[in-house]
Amino acid sequence: MKLFSFLFTSTIGRKWLMGLTGLFLISFLLVHCGVNACIFFNDGGETFNMAAEFMGTNWIIRSMEFVLFAGLLLHIFQGLYLWKFNTEARKKRYSVSAGSANSTWYSRSMGILGTLLLLFLVVHLKDFWVTSRFTDVITSGEKTLFQEMKEVFANPLPVVVYVLGCVSLLYHLLHGFQSAFQTLGINHKSYTPIIQSTGKIFSVVVSLLFAAMPVAMHLGWIQ
Amino acid sequence: MSNSNMNLKLKVWRQQNAKDEGHFEDYTVQASPDMSFLEMFDVLNEQLITEGKNPVAFDHDCREGICGMCSMVINGRPHGPKQGVTTCQLHMRSFSDGDTIVVEPWRSNAFPVIRDLSVNRSAFDRIIASGGYVSVNTGNAVDANATLIPKETADEAFEAATCIGCGACVSACKNASAMLFVGAKVTQLSLLPQGQAEASKRVVAMVNQMDAEGFGACTNTGACSAECPKQIPLSVIATLNREYIKAKLKGY
Repeated sequence: MKLFSFLFTSTIGRKWLMGLTGLFLISFLLVHCGVNACIFFNDGGETFNMAAEFMGTNWIIRSMEFVLFAGLLLHIFQGLYLWKFNTEARKKRYSVSAGSANSTWYSRSMGILGTLLLLFLVVHLKDFWVTSRFTDVITSGEKTLFQEMKEVFANPLPVVVYVLGCVSLLYHLLHGFQSAFQTLGINHKSYTPIIQSTGKIFSVVVSLLFAAMPVAMHLGWIQ
Repeated sequence: MSNSNMNLKLKVWRQQNAKDEGHFEDYTVQASPDMSFLEMFDVLNEQLITEGKNPVAFDHDCREGICGMCSMVINGRPHGPKQGVTTCQLHMRSFSDGDTIVVEPWRSNAFPVIRDLSVNRSAFDRIIASGGYVSVNTGNAVDANATLIPKETADEAFEAATCIGCGACVSACKNASAMLFVGAKVTQLSLLPQGQAEASKRVVAMVNQMDAEGFGACTNTGACSAECPKQIPLSVIATLNREYIKAKLKGY
């Protein structure tokens, strides 16, 4: 264990854990977005319910849920710790700062964007995860996850909250995707431009797809 | 000297010592557009001395961009608005007549203010002393091709070696992180065969010292490289991360 203690004691070790868990969470987003995008088949949720049923009952996926929460908690813990640590490294602040001259606003706001995502996550888990895992609404066949989605998004307020959540996700990913590779030590004159453009495309596509779901449901485009 | 003198308003940080709270003081100064920023400060100091006041303390030495002593945050940017130059190479023609210019010291817990705009950067010296060198005796200069080093590698090592250790990276970083500086030193030494023997030991010692000095952690905003007067690339931080993890996983 001593061999890995640096992941919690040194700045680079902590950053490394941030990068690793970040990439892991990105891989989860891909799966989550893929499954949810099944609603766009517009087949009354048939394909989506099938995919959701598989995700909810397959034992490999269910075990990965624990790994996912462990990764998420680590990412949150390290993120909050580093945020505090980094803020305290400059106790006396500048009176004039010209951050926009040398960096993007979202790269300087990962802490706040992450916190917004965390708040969104609480709402989101309450809406769907708690319903499907801790009540028998879905398993008893009372309603499908698709019906649950339609019910939640019939209300305009959750739609607005979800779209704002996706905006935070977009900017968090725009910096986070390429930043994770840099932190893991992957920087190469041929590969880094590919990583950077892949990151941008991934962030925009995933955030747009996620945001389109509540909007389409609310407007009745998905039946 | 040019006839078209500029009238400038300065807001300069004045601080007696590390313990003093510090405050801004307003000055007006006449400068020629051909003066360097430091020469404009020389004029200000002459003026203050004539008035029987204390001159502004600021660091400078070579005044040609290679010693790394000058250190002023000008309107929120270390070394001022130009890219790839130090404060001493910045000229007043980069400003306009009637401008108000705010001048602050490097701000970071690891760089305590000595007086006014002068900060103590010995934290960098201690990082270098912890391992930023080659400790084996390399002997006399050998034949140029006795140790084969690809031109690209030599160029990359040289690019990293141009770091003058001024601390603008720390100053620009929102986390006051020193990773561009440490990355430049680690990259320079780990690329060349003379430095490779101690690469693992070196990177761990230097990162330990960096953390002990109270610098923040990198969040890859890229501000350091954008403000670096020697334009050290961000890739040196990736190299630092890679070298460090490699060394830690080997048990160093």
